[in-house]
Amino acid sequence: MKAAAAEAGTTGFRQPSVLPGFGLTFGFTTFFLSTIVLLPLAALVLMAGSMDWHSFVHTITHPRALGAYRLSFGASLLAATINLVFGFIIAWTLVRYRFPGRKLIDALIDMPFALPTAVSGIALTTVFAQNGWIGRYLEPFGIKVAYTWIGVTVALTLISMPFMVRTVQPALEEVQKDLEDAAETLGAGRFYIFRRIILPTVLPAMLTGFTLAFARAVGEYGSVIFIAGNLPMKTEITPLLIVIKLEEFDYKGAAALGVVMLAISFFMLLAINLLQAWGRRRLSGVGR
Amino acid sequence: MAGQPMTVQDELATRPGHDNWLTHILRWMFILISLAFLAALLFAPLATVFATAFEKGYEAYLRSFNDPDTRSAIRLTLTAVSVVVPLNTLFGLAAAWAIAKFEFRGKSFLITLIDLPLAISPVISGMVYVLLFGLQGWFGAWLQEHDISIIFALPGIILATMLVTFPYVARELIPLMQQLGNDEEEAAITLGAGGWMTFFRVTLPKVRWGLVYGIILCNARAMGEFGAVSVVSGHIRGVTNTMPLHIETLYQEYNYVGAFAVASLLTMLAILTLVIKTLVERAGYKRH
Repeated sequence: MKAAAAEAGTTGFRQPSVLPGFGLTFGFTTFFLSTIVLLPLAALVLMAGSMDWHSFVHTITHPRALGAYRLSFGASLLAATINLVFGFIIAWTLVRYRFPGRKLIDALIDMPFALPTAVSGIALTTVFAQNGWIGRYLEPFGIKVAYTWIGVTVALTLISMPFMVRTVQPALEEVQKDLEDAAETLGAGRFYIFRRIILPTVLPAMLTGFTLAFARAVGEYGSVIFIAGNLPMKTEITPLLIVIKLEEFDYKGAAALGVVMLAISFFMLLAINLLQAWGRRRLSGVGR
Repeated sequence: MAGQPMTVQDELATRPGHDNWLTHILRWMFILISLAFLAALLFAPLATVFATAFEKGYEAYLRSFNDPDTRSAIRLTLTAVSVVVPLNTLFGLAAAWAIAKFEFRGKSFLITLIDLPLAISPVISGMVYVLLFGLQGWFGAWLQEHDISIIFALPGIILATMLVTFPYVARELIPLMQQLGNDEEEAAITLGAGGWMTFFRVTLPKVRWGLVYGIILCNARAMGEFGAVSVVSGHIRGVTNTMPLHIETLYQEYNYVGAFAVASLLTMLAILTLVIKTLVERAGYKRH
């Protein structure tokens, strides 16, 4: 054992093992990770850091930037909330009910993952345009979806939907049916059972799904730019503003906005990890 | 009927766990809401892709693939994917071996770093390379002096796609290999098998479905990536336009048949991806 550890030359860093290949695989992993992910991200932070504080703050608090955050966060929050409701309903339907075509629909839930964002973008725009299949029925009510913030929300709802369904589905499968039956035997009503048995079990998953959906929606670009009007202050999302700044060769301004979005992503990742840890603790606390 | 004793059937129907009229109404409400939501957001856009592509007939659809720019876009996408997917697969295998087979400090931090690209906006994934290799970027001047083009050229497209699809294979294989354990590998090594032999004869067959799963998802995302590639490509028609970017170009030229014809190819790829994914799941693979 001692010899193996000494041979690897990493005593204390890793535990000895009879398996070979740690140096090769760990070296390749860290090298590739550094080249493709870490160094480029460091370049972004350095670029933003090379700005003086005043112009950094000026860039990220510019009215046009604030308008972009408002749309990005507002529409993402709304989309994640819509998915909180409909994602739950879909997950519930797929887990609890048996109906013809259920397996097909279950497989199609992942479509927004597999479908390129540009395709969902042009397809949604066509469907929700004034003469589109759905847009034409909304038009008489004065509801314009394409080229407005509503369209942005619709696109973000579609692309973040699988995150919600796929997170809630396994949690719903965990709900013990015998607990529900026992509660019903003891005289509990439908809503009471939902509130006291089902909801506590799936709540951590729903919050995780909400955060995942929100995180995905905030960064989304491809599907949104087709259906948004892309008007500054009104229908311009933050990633688009970054692209515009890059096209104007304002690398520093783009990097500054990029750092803001990166900070939010880190925060989201942290929140997701905390939520998942909370969910695991809760489940193990139920005493099974 | 009043006063008559309840039959056994009537008595059974009131027991917990048995369906009554409310259960039926709730069930159909849930199924209907789910289907309506998915129909508006997912099925209608999917159908639109093909409806618009074939709007002017089968001939016009086929003719749109005679466009040399469309052909070059398809070629470029295939070229980029043929570099990106194998490299990320290699990375995924190496990372999974290092992480699942050995115990070392900072392991969970390494896993977080590998997952990082999933949390950042695709626009940022493209932008970091512009900041590094673009004209005003860190190495821009040096690259220009040596007449090397990365941004607005194939290397940039490959790098951006690589960053976006970086974690796809690794995040399937890491939990799978961790769960399957090291016993068989350790037995093989103890019995005198070499490292490579152990990998190819013991590990690879064990994780094959997870590997297939990771590769097809990586491939789908790589072929469809829009945001990251859009930032680094420069949108030069017939030269640096990948399929998703070419869809945008055609769409903005109001060439809807052309745009949706290319989109229909990517949609079929997405459907194929979901079919393979479902088959892999049927073969017994369960995500972790």
